[in-house]
Amino acid sequence: MNEIPLTHILFVSTALFFIGAYGLFTRRNLITMLMSIELILNSVNINFIAFNKYLYPDKLDGVFFTLFIIAIAAAEAAVAIAIIINLYRNLHSIDVEQTEEMKF
Amino acid sequence: MSASAVIFYILSVFILATGLLAVTTGKIFRSAIWLLFSLTGVAGLYFWLQMEFIAAVQIVVYVGGIVVLILFSIFLTQRSGKEMPAPVRGRVLLSALAACAGAVLTYTLIRHYPFKPSLHPAMEAGVANIGMQLLSTSEHGYLLPFEVVSILLLAAMIGCIVIAIKTKPGEK
Repeated sequence: MNEIPLTHILFVSTALFFIGAYGLFTRRNLITMLMSIELILNSVNINFIAFNKYLYPDKLDGVFFTLFIIAIAAAEAAVAIAIIINLYRNLHSIDVEQTEEMKF
Repeated sequence: MSASAVIFYILSVFILATGLLAVTTGKIFRSAIWLLFSLTGVAGLYFWLQMEFIAAVQIVVYVGGIVVLILFSIFLTQRSGKEMPAPVRGRVLLSALAACAGAVLTYTLIRHYPFKPSLHPAMEAGVANIGMQLLSTSEHGYLLPFEVVSILLLAAMIGCIVIAIKTKPGEK
């Protein structure tokens, strides 16, 4: 593990973050936008774990932050999908361009 | 290049390629399956970093929980075999440009930053150590965030039920 420099792992997480951001910019469907957010959260988790492993191997704080991010991501996905299903029931579409119910 | 380095590069290419396919493919069901592969690759990266517990949590929560939830919501709301309308070409170009510019900028900053490892002896990131510190009430314990997250999960669960519950037509 030690022969790979930290910057290579950070390159992977950076690329994954911007792939997620690209998906968030281009997609106009709520479920695919949710998937892009999951990719972004995963890139953050990779960063926390890599920093913990390479720079502070005497601590475990990165592990805890990752665990809490995973828990909050699960809660966020569940609430988002409940909202999406409710929206579909009312509007028969989950396209962000057509969801203007709350606009006034 | 040793076997460990080869495994790292294969995992990286796998994660990035499946992630890219997940955000570009036209059918929403395929997109979810590519996302599943990408998340599994991230779990493999955690195994490679010798964080077995996080890898297991990643597989259980993301692959087993969130992706299955996303698949169910696709089946409930979409016709999964149908092509999604392609995004406007101008938006694709500008988004790709923005994403590439951001990635290049960030990576340039990262490459020139001098990371200094701490010199303390390493601590084993096993389940025993993680569990002891997670539930410890001492200075570096994480008991309070743990309880707060458990309340957050309860609130999210109740909130989901309230939002997604079916109201009878007529009463609103």
